[in-house]
Amino acid sequence: MLSSEAIQKIDYELTKYPADQRQAAVMSALRIVQTERGWLSKESISEVAQYLAMPEIAAMEVATFYNMYDLAPVGKYKITVCTNISCMLRDSDEIVDYLKAKLGVGFNEITADGKFCLKEGECMGACGGAPLLIVNNHTMHEFLTPEKVDAILDDLQ
Amino acid sequence: MLTQTTKPKAPVMTDLKGQTLVCLRTLQEKNPASLETYIKLGGYSALKRIVSEKVKATDVITEVKRSSLRGRGGAGFPTGLKWSFMPRYFDGVKYLVCNTDEGEPGTFKDRDIIRYNPHQLIEGMAIAAYTLGAKVGYNYIHGEIWQDYDTFEAALGEAKAAGYLGENLFGTNFSFNLYAVHGYGAYICGEETALIESIEGKKGQPRFKPPFPASYGVFGKPTNVNNTESYASIPWIMQHGGQAFADLGVENSGGTKLFSVSGHVEKPGNYEIKMGTPFIALLDLAGGVWKGRKLKAVIPGGPSTAVLPASVIEAASMDYDSLSKARSSLGAGSMIVMDETTCMVNALHRLSYFFYEESCGQCTPCREGTGWVYRVLDRIVKGQGKMEDLDLLTDVSKNISGRTICAFGEAAATPVLSFIKHFRSEFEYYIEHGKSMVGCKAEPQ
Amino acid sequence: MLNIEIDGKALEVEHGSSIIDAADKVGIAIPRFCYHPKLSVAANCRMCLVQVENFNKPLPACATPVADGMKIFTRSKSAIEAQKSVMEFLLINHPLDCPICDQAGECDLQDVAVAYGTSGSRYTEEKRVVFNKNIGPLVSTDMTRCIQCTRCVRFLQEVGGMMELGMVGRGEHSEITAYVDKSVNSELSGNIIDLCPVGALTSKPFKYSARSWELTRRPSIAPHDGLGSHIEVQVKDNKVMRVLPLTKESINECWLSDRDRFSYEGLNSPDRLKVPMIKHNGAWVETDWKTALEFAAGQIKDITNEYGSEALGVLVSPNSTMEEGYLVKKLANGLGCGNVDYRLRQTDFRLDGKRLGTPWMGCNIHEIEELDRILVIGSNMRNEHPLLAQRFRKAVANGAELSIISPLDNDPLMDVSHKVIVRPNDMVNVLGQILKAMSGLQRLSLCLPLSLNALLEDIKVRPNTQAIAESMAGHGKNYDLISPKVGIFLGNMALSDPRFTEMYSMAEAIGGISGAKGGILPSACNSTGMHMMGVMPNSTGMHARAMLEVPRKAYLIVNIEPELDCQHAALAKAAMEKAECVVALTAFKSQALEHANVLLPIAPFTETSGTFMSMEGRVQSFTAVVKPLGECRPAWKVLRVLANTLGLPGFDYETSEQVKQAIFAGEKPSAVVWRSLNNNLKELVEIHVNIKHEGLQRIGEVPQYKSDPIVRRSPPLQKTKYNIKPMARMCAKQLDALGLTEGDYVLVKQDKGSAVLKVKLDHHVAKGCVRVAAAHPDTIGLGDLMGDISVEKLSPQQIQAYASVIKEACA
Repeated sequence: MLSSEAIQKIDYELTKYPADQRQAAVMSALRIVQTERGWLSKESISEVAQYLAMPEIAAMEVATFYNMYDLAPVGKYKITVCTNISCMLRDSDEIVDYLKAKLGVGFNEITADGKFCLKEGECMGACGGAPLLIVNNHTMHEFLTPEKVDAILDDLQ
Repeated sequence: MLTQTTKPKAPVMTDLKGQTLVCLRTLQEKNPASLETYIKLGGYSALKRIVSEKVKATDVITEVKRSSLRGRGGAGFPTGLKWSFMPRYFDGVKYLVCNTDEGEPGTFKDRDIIRYNPHQLIEGMAIAAYTLGAKVGYNYIHGEIWQDYDTFEAALGEAKAAGYLGENLFGTNFSFNLYAVHGYGAYICGEETALIESIEGKKGQPRFKPPFPASYGVFGKPTNVNNTESYASIPWIMQHGGQAFADLGVENSGGTKLFSVSGHVEKPGNYEIKMGTPFIALLDLAGGVWKGRKLKAVIPGGPSTAVLPASVIEAASMDYDSLSKARSSLGAGSMIVMDETTCMVNALHRLSYFFYEESCGQCTPCREGTGWVYRVLDRIVKGQGKMEDLDLLTDVSKNISGRTICAFGEAAATPVLSFIKHFRSEFEYYIEHGKSMVGCKAEPQ
Repeated sequence: MLNIEIDGKALEVEHGSSIIDAADKVGIAIPRFCYHPKLSVAANCRMCLVQVENFNKPLPACATPVADGMKIFTRSKSAIEAQKSVMEFLLINHPLDCPICDQAGECDLQDVAVAYGTSGSRYTEEKRVVFNKNIGPLVSTDMTRCIQCTRCVRFLQEVGGMMELGMVGRGEHSEITAYVDKSVNSELSGNIIDLCPVGALTSKPFKYSARSWELTRRPSIAPHDGLGSHIEVQVKDNKVMRVLPLTKESINECWLSDRDRFSYEGLNSPDRLKVPMIKHNGAWVETDWKTALEFAAGQIKDITNEYGSEALGVLVSPNSTMEEGYLVKKLANGLGCGNVDYRLRQTDFRLDGKRLGTPWMGCNIHEIEELDRILVIGSNMRNEHPLLAQRFRKAVANGAELSIISPLDNDPLMDVSHKVIVRPNDMVNVLGQILKAMSGLQRLSLCLPLSLNALLEDIKVRPNTQAIAESMAGHGKNYDLISPKVGIFLGNMALSDPRFTEMYSMAEAIGGISGAKGGILPSACNSTGMHMMGVMPNSTGMHARAMLEVPRKAYLIVNIEPELDCQHAALAKAAMEKAECVVALTAFKSQALEHANVLLPIAPFTETSGTFMSMEGRVQSFTAVVKPLGECRPAWKVLRVLANTLGLPGFDYETSEQVKQAIFAGEKPSAVVWRSLNNNLKELVEIHVNIKHEGLQRIGEVPQYKSDPIVRRSPPLQKTKYNIKPMARMCAKQLDALGLTEGDYVLVKQDKGSAVLKVKLDHHVAKGCVRVAAAHPDTIGLGDLMGDISVEKLSPQQIQAYASVIKEACA
């Protein structure tokens, strides 16, 4: 069951589209449910599809197409580091190595305490601030240095 | 240097010298994103005048044509001409769409518009909506810049409260509702028809054209899609006249342009400069090549444009014709600067992974070809390349290019073709020795 | 018209044609995988790239509309280069497993690769592997072979009406799948096998049973619903290996319903009766034809001699051929017996003798697509006529407004503009309301006859029926039409209803007033043919229902299992039990035929020649595709020899063709059909519109995979989700009214019969109704398909008492 908060937020998104185009809100609805539950289980996707009166498989298509949706648990904090060219030129590899060593996990792995998951990201459209990372899809940190990474991780409790 | 912190309300603006601010004109002020600041600079006056004086749509389009504004998203299609494609006498629902889905590596200019000067974009879209007869607009924002999405949505609320958006604006029968919508991690949605599919709640798979969005766009209705910077240029154009805007630039390239400079420079960030500014001057603005090193190569408009060796780019200036003459393209103005320590094989390897990862998978050449290219490059980087791989890469890339539904095919092929063309010896060295010529890490990711 | 040139050949094509259509018309082959003329254009495979003058890039022929003066080159250097490169891309990740692939020999990819591929590959990297999906008992998957053309996705979405497959993931990782572990449930799902250009989707029942080149292909006619779909039966070693559609644009297009496609598995059932059998001292004994026929003839003769010829009842399946029906009738009449009927699932015969001709669907199948307004009465379309439902779907997609009056609110997978979901009894009143509303719409000049007007006097028109009337009159949700093309159709539930006469009369009146086409949608492949030949009681004879209500001493039954194929299962069962003699012509041994005395093994449609007449009046003959199994003989031959043995004159037919000649009296069949088909009534039958009915009514639907003896024996069809045990299905309000909850056990009773069933909440059922499926062993104790029914909740003690039944019936 979608929470009433989630429904309220989805309903707000629905106001953006014509009444007969509920499916249009699926991008937001999946984001809202993922933010609330941490990741998108098949049940979550199914609930969203039902709420928007669209075929489940169509919602699944969307959830699997856009890579910020997580179809498996990602721990409490998902840390996505951009490694694309502009970041790579500014040594994102060193940031990745530092994170891997510090967290003791590789890409797509979750720390033993279930707190962090490290992901490799594609271009985030903020290359001027390279190297950079995003925490849980919605908080970006730019101009990373090992010291800054330490501070970011310390803040995530 | 504009982009230094993620906190949108208090940017560090150390150096606006040498820039000509149109789209980012609020940056001269203290609180650039606020409605107050924008209005202080004459914001929304053009919209108010056009709507309340009922300026003819054709007159607006003529003015935009006169400005010689060309689409800032990369294709460079004349904006005024594009607007004239919208069916004027169609009295059904029409939509206006803004493309703020910057996902091409090195491109981050629109982000600064929505976080530092959102109202100029809103005004530009409202003028476009008035001109094209659209009552509803969507700004599709790259999902990764979430804080900026929030900033823009807040600005929409401000504009609505102040009577610049909504029903019966300025007491006329003109109504315009603008909404923020978002992507969630798919580069392809920067392609306008993929973006439309995404707005409709589908996978971002580009549509075959024709029909073009002007006749079959969002929800099957006529739709005009422009880039953020294009719309944001409109209020200035309508305020100061198309000719004034054109005069800022050079022939065929009117106005100013935001250049996103990233990579090996001292001060990466966005720089708004006049079209036709020499590359050297732009590089200077960005503090020059970092660490006192020498320039090796520049990708001038994002990876879908051809990489240029230092000697070529240094002779070019930043406008459509000059870069086209240099056998590359202005693209979205996304300059990726590479210094002498850059391994071109590794750089291409990373870019090929990007295109492999971001291919939507809809049509055969791109779905299959990008994976092929990446795997061959991966093999080369791992020291298992063969000399004939270079011709294979070239051939496979040529077979992708021009045979796909959207321009992604060309975009994926261009770096391969241009990197190998300009830096072939570096690739040959790598294959022969199993390691990079420039001594940087040969490890793949 | 536009003038274009393809490969130097000048031609004129219609405005709006694509290059590929234009090329197809003149026989210039452009390779393609994703393009299909019946599906939306995806332009994703890129195989059809061609060169067009003045374009610097090759263009996809499927998605490029022709323009006047266009010069197209399909075999130029640039075109071939593009096509070859696409072929190379398609093959890099395609497994080279043709030797073990069922598609080999009929594979588009294989064929095109011969022309455009190379003998070696430049691709030396790792190939992609995709896990297979289980999408149900009909379609087998091997997803590594998939080339992502999305034909299957588009078919289910656009033709099937529901998006059951999708392409998830992105880029090279894209794969076709159903939602997580769901199966594909479309009643048209088998078509994705034909559509798949590679071996990713193949037939599960056919899997690994033969190579395509070993099969002999023979045309035939589908033997189930009234459509008369054209099929190709593929045969190996005198065995039917599979059935595929034959393209017949005006009937089945290029499609086939799953019932028509997979029912053949029932032909190879172990139930097949291979030799004649006689019951001797309560045990079945195999015998030879002569003995069996003499025994049967002797029994029939003895009884008719002793009790008179009316002591015999003759029931023949509407799925039997015209030849069989004709001979059955002739045989019965030859014995002086008028008790012969094919209308086994009908209960209301008041229209007998009142018709001007043979009722039919009232238009051609393809005309449905052109209708603007459609009213469907008492039909679960997808269950009854899957491909006809697809035509309705097309009409609706083209902008037609569909209105439905039914006791069931099953999703037809198309937009329904108006619907009234009520008890069958109340459907009459609803039709009366529509009629009244229509006559009240001012722009209609026609008036109702006084007699009808009087009937409608007390009827109150409600908003929903007013809306239907307005829709039929041309007022539209989106736009109005001055003279809409209207179609009105009555389905199986209406045909089985005790108030069919009222429904039909009302529908005819509405049709008259709105200038509608339409008629009945008879359930079986030869219902219309049987009616046209008059395989019905003569003026003194008994109809199917009466023959069971007033049991006969002897029955001759052809191609039926009485308790599964008759309107009133319990009556049918009792009548057979009680009869002194039952002679059954049947292709199957069956529990339902336990009370017969002689079983004469007849050939199913694949083993005999014959003729079916479809619901649109199309007379279609077919020949045997394999030899009869064992001692089976074509039923027309059996009937001829039986008549001979009975000493009846005029049974000298040497071939089924001669029987057909006799049926049409030497005339052209179409001429006879043209004269015969007529939906009008000679006179208005006395009807009552306003009958109140307070009790519960049964909706005794026949599930589509239970419709006839062959289908019931097809294992793959029985494994689909449509094969669920009968339950007592009611809407929430009805459950509340009866104090029931889902999962309770109830005793449902009709007449003297009963069944213990599990209760199921079903939002699709009208209040006042209980949906209990028929044609199932669990419900053979029950009565009329659309009759009164009562429901009692079982007490815990009763549940104990019925424990064994419950265990069996509700497992």
